[in-house]
Amino acid sequence: MTLTLALSSIAVLPVVSLLAIFGGRSLATTRIVYGTSLAVSLALLALATTHLLGTGPSLSTMLPLGLPWLGAHFRIDALGAFFLVVVDLGAAAASLFALGYGSHEQAPQRVLPFYPLFLAGMNLVVLADDAFTFLISWEFMSLTSWALVIAHHRAGDNLHAGYVYLVMATFGTLALLLTFGLLAGPDGGYGFAQMRAEPPSPGLAAMVLILTLVGAGSKAGLVPLHVWLPLAHPAAPSHVSALMSGVMTKVAVYGFVRIVLDLLGPPAWWWSVVVLALAGITCVMGVLYALMQHDLKRLLAYHTVENIGIIFIGLGLALAFKAYGMTAAAALALTAGLLHAFNHSIFKSLLFFGSGAVLTATGERDMEHLGGLIHRMPQTAFVFLVGCAAISALPPLNGFVSEWLTFQAILLSPALPSWGLKFLVPAVGALLAMSAALAAACFVKAFGVTFLGRARTLAAERAQETDSISRAAMIVLAALCLIAGVVPGLFIDALAPVVEGLAGERMPVQRGVEWLSIVPIAESRSSYNGLLVFVFMVLSGSLAAFAIHRLASDQLRRAPPWDCGYPDPSPRTQYTAGSFAQPIRRVFGTMVFAASERTDMPPPGDQRPARLVVVVRDLIWEGVYAPVAAGVWTLSERLNRLQFLTIRQYLSLVFCALITLLLVLAIWP
Amino acid sequence: MRGLVFDIAHMLAGGLVLVSFMQLYQDRLYALLNIFALHALVLALSVAWQAYIQDAPHLYVTAVIALVFKAIVIPVVLHRIIVRLGIHREIEQVVRVGPTMLLGMGLVALSMVVMLRVTAEADPLAREDLAFALCVVLLGLLMMVTRRNAVSQVVGFMSIENGLVLAATGAKGMPLVVEISIAFSILIAFIVIGIFLFRIRERFDTVDIQALDRFRGERS
Amino acid sequence: MAVMLDLAVQGAQMIVVLLLAPLLTGIGRKVRARLLRRRGPPLIQPYRDLIRLLRKEVVLAENASWLFRVIPYLVFAATWVAAALVPTFQSGLLFSWSADLIAIIALLGSARFFLALAGLDVGTSFGGIGSSREVMIASLAEPAMLMVVFTLALIAGSTQLSTVAAFMTSSDVGLRVSLGLALFALIMVAIAENARIPVDNPATHLELTMVHEAMVLEYSGRHLALIELASQLKLLLYVSLIGCVFVPWGMAPAGAGAQALAIGLAAYLGKLALGAFLLALFETAIAKMRVFRVPEFLGAALMLGLLATLLLFVSRSL
Repeated sequence: MTLTLALSSIAVLPVVSLLAIFGGRSLATTRIVYGTSLAVSLALLALATTHLLGTGPSLSTMLPLGLPWLGAHFRIDALGAFFLVVVDLGAAAASLFALGYGSHEQAPQRVLPFYPLFLAGMNLVVLADDAFTFLISWEFMSLTSWALVIAHHRAGDNLHAGYVYLVMATFGTLALLLTFGLLAGPDGGYGFAQMRAEPPSPGLAAMVLILTLVGAGSKAGLVPLHVWLPLAHPAAPSHVSALMSGVMTKVAVYGFVRIVLDLLGPPAWWWSVVVLALAGITCVMGVLYALMQHDLKRLLAYHTVENIGIIFIGLGLALAFKAYGMTAAAALALTAGLLHAFNHSIFKSLLFFGSGAVLTATGERDMEHLGGLIHRMPQTAFVFLVGCAAISALPPLNGFVSEWLTFQAILLSPALPSWGLKFLVPAVGALLAMSAALAAACFVKAFGVTFLGRARTLAAERAQETDSISRAAMIVLAALCLIAGVVPGLFIDALAPVVEGLAGERMPVQRGVEWLSIVPIAESRSSYNGLLVFVFMVLSGSLAAFAIHRLASDQLRRAPPWDCGYPDPSPRTQYTAGSFAQPIRRVFGTMVFAASERTDMPPPGDQRPARLVVVVRDLIWEGVYAPVAAGVWTLSERLNRLQFLTIRQYLSLVFCALITLLLVLAIWP
Repeated sequence: MRGLVFDIAHMLAGGLVLVSFMQLYQDRLYALLNIFALHALVLALSVAWQAYIQDAPHLYVTAVIALVFKAIVIPVVLHRIIVRLGIHREIEQVVRVGPTMLLGMGLVALSMVVMLRVTAEADPLAREDLAFALCVVLLGLLMMVTRRNAVSQVVGFMSIENGLVLAATGAKGMPLVVEISIAFSILIAFIVIGIFLFRIRERFDTVDIQALDRFRGERS
Repeated sequence: MAVMLDLAVQGAQMIVVLLLAPLLTGIGRKVRARLLRRRGPPLIQPYRDLIRLLRKEVVLAENASWLFRVIPYLVFAATWVAAALVPTFQSGLLFSWSADLIAIIALLGSARFFLALAGLDVGTSFGGIGSSREVMIASLAEPAMLMVVFTLALIAGSTQLSTVAAFMTSSDVGLRVSLGLALFALIMVAIAENARIPVDNPATHLELTMVHEAMVLEYSGRHLALIELASQLKLLLYVSLIGCVFVPWGMAPAGAGAQALAIGLAAYLGKLALGAFLLALFETAIAKMRVFRVPEFLGAALMLGLLATLLLFVSRSL
């Protein structure tokens, strides 16, 4: 019943898209498309939540579409319901935001038809129960998002971004195709139920793991397959960027969890080594890349890479614990990873909406042309601040809860018997801690340079606050960040059926713990109470404010800022994004990015200004992708000669092929 | 056997590893000599404590030798040499402090793995003390490899020898005569090195190894 | 009834911590002055400074935003809550389970986040210098601190500070190498986080040498008083942390009587005085480092913390 309702709601979306094609460029079309998407997403959200909280059995159905001997299987179980909640929460928020933001869209006929189809694709991936449906929905999702990425194809290098995205997406789907082929085995059982019943041999399982890491990992953004993310996510319109960064990456995480934790059977211990190593590197590299950016949306896209690393650390630990049969610890690690996926979709969408609001208000994405927006756009600034605080894992917001749970899972790992893991897990813990501190630095920079200080250009000086619908979407997400941070027990309990299905056990029930704390393992070991921390902070802050204003003084006057006697009239003397990141660039960047600075001083008497040039190189692109691209070019240049042969040469090619085949026939035993 | 006595022995061995890391961190020559004196002091304390635990009086002599020669005499003499030759007091580093410390961490991990695997049947505390001793040896070698100054090479060499003494006293029963001969040979080697430094400085005006490399001979 | 008593003790701890923080700074300044052969300010001078600042009018830069005015209260609230959760004279207080050591560090991290934003708010170069250097120092100090937390948690079996303190007073803990390394790393991190020499000079206002002072340059009046009090509280927090973990003797256990509480309070005051004395001695003996030597210093602290954790993973007896 739930499943049929869900599928029928999804079926509404292509109809809406058809409407958008014929509707033209009017505002009414925009409103109808986004409004219907909002309604459908909310309906799916309600259905998924009831299924997740209702502890009913998983429902499946088969539709007579697709391949005739296979059909299209759909299933909604606990894992699917959870990811459906994540997808549709993000989709509802994005649709609500787009109701306000979409009215500023210059080319709506390029965006509106693909948006509902994108939502439909993501939902179908999560509901799919056989390989064919999964892959069709996955490709559909990639193609529609590609169309959205190149919607503004004349601006910047969006076409290049779309090209890289298309290549990487195809590469990822190829890997997933091979994965499902290996899982299906020689009999060709493409349904997930058959794959689950017959797990492959250890050698094949290892190959499936590697291929899934490549396929789902490239869509999620694991280093070194992340290169398309910072190109494609910023190029799309802001609500689509939020969906791609906050939601589509979670669909990729769903793919990984479904294949590796569900379909693949009992894991080997060394699988977690690969996943943890990749995740640790992804964490730190993502945030270091983000620190070097001064384009706000690229910074957010690179930061998604870091958070995907954190999610995969949780998943890797879950694999390690599961391999050694430590089910309680596996439950904790898996809860940490999945909760972070949920939290990240909320605050990353919020941050992208904020950057969309800034883009609409000023026309600028570059932080070095912004500044002082807190005075012009106070509400947007406030919710953006909440998003920044949440993503920097500051208590009492939700980012802290999932990172805290991940740290607790790391503290359980000395019990793992493998030597490799004994050395790897503390190193990954250190990398996670470092990336958390660097993330805070990154968002101080993002918020501080964009919203604080003085306006650096005319566009920033003249910014206007966004419309109320967009603000409403952001406020809803910010409120969710606070709620998920203050009463995390509810969300942990909601995750219990998912975790129980995958790890074999669930975390201790949080509902009965006094004062609404969360107790991940045992009360004597560790506990955290977000509500009390929040209440204490509010009380002590208000008490201090009240006491001081009453008993001491509440006088205030305005004056020019301190300038050592040399007033600086130009807002260009304040710190820029590049100068803020300079100490960190010097400490970490010289090794990781081969970063170098060069000063070009004019000789005395020359009037031109001195220039500081900062060179930051992407060593992964130069080391991995550029040689591959160059190799493919060289090969294709060589093969291109086949286009210009004479008739005699073509005939001799045919002749040689014929002779070769006859020879093979002669020699083959 | 657990207990406070063995914990103290462990702490002293771990302290020696910590001081080896501190040696890697230094970039000024006088500070390096002071840390080296501390290294020898911790070694002397560790050997003396082992003498107390194992009830082996000849190890007290070893401790006194380590204290007098390596903690007092050698640093003072090296100090004099530096002043007399006018060696400049900054240590040039081939690899910066950060990556050096990371390499040091890797070496510690490596020696833990090797030692704990190789000595699988022995007493667990003795195994870990041996692992620490191997750490000290490897960190001394790392120091010789990543620092360009000749004096730092000498200090690295001495700390390797300290690590070996730690290993030998930890595994019970090293006779005194071996220690005396080792100590004297070190002293002789040290005097020879000192003379060489003198001559090198006289001839080439520098003890920077990279500069000395130019005078090595014809390159074909 | 017992709950009321526990609540009273918890409230008393919060007040005690707030009242003792300026005294700690006062003792430190007096000792440093005496070591430099000066007479030094009286011990209660920080109290006088705070009261004087509280009474003054706030002079706010023209383009400072609402965030600039709210941040001193946020920073003070976060630091006070964190400092109140560290056991001082009694462990196992009523709300000690609401935030463990990781949460305490994250609270200090949020205080630092907002202070760095305050530095960027007015739009001058001074604030930018302070904020950018502060986040660079934090990017290495926080992981080092978390490694120390891991070491303590792995030894004591819990991240709750009261459990850790109780474990350290019991005889189960031996003299462990990892504890020694963790103490070293914790002292280095405490120096960096509290903006002490050799990382930062708390008494200067030259932009070449300041990190923390640069961020709060624009603050005045009651805002500055709150920020100063918050940094004094942070120093108190770190000294109490080192005291309750590495020098835990004398602390009253949970639910103890009045006599044990009195002994606990006396022991705590003694530890604070000793901590202030040692800090002042250390600061006088050493010179301030160049800014770009600080990452090497903190990198060494991170390595020590990582080594301590690694040793615990590899061998449970180390």
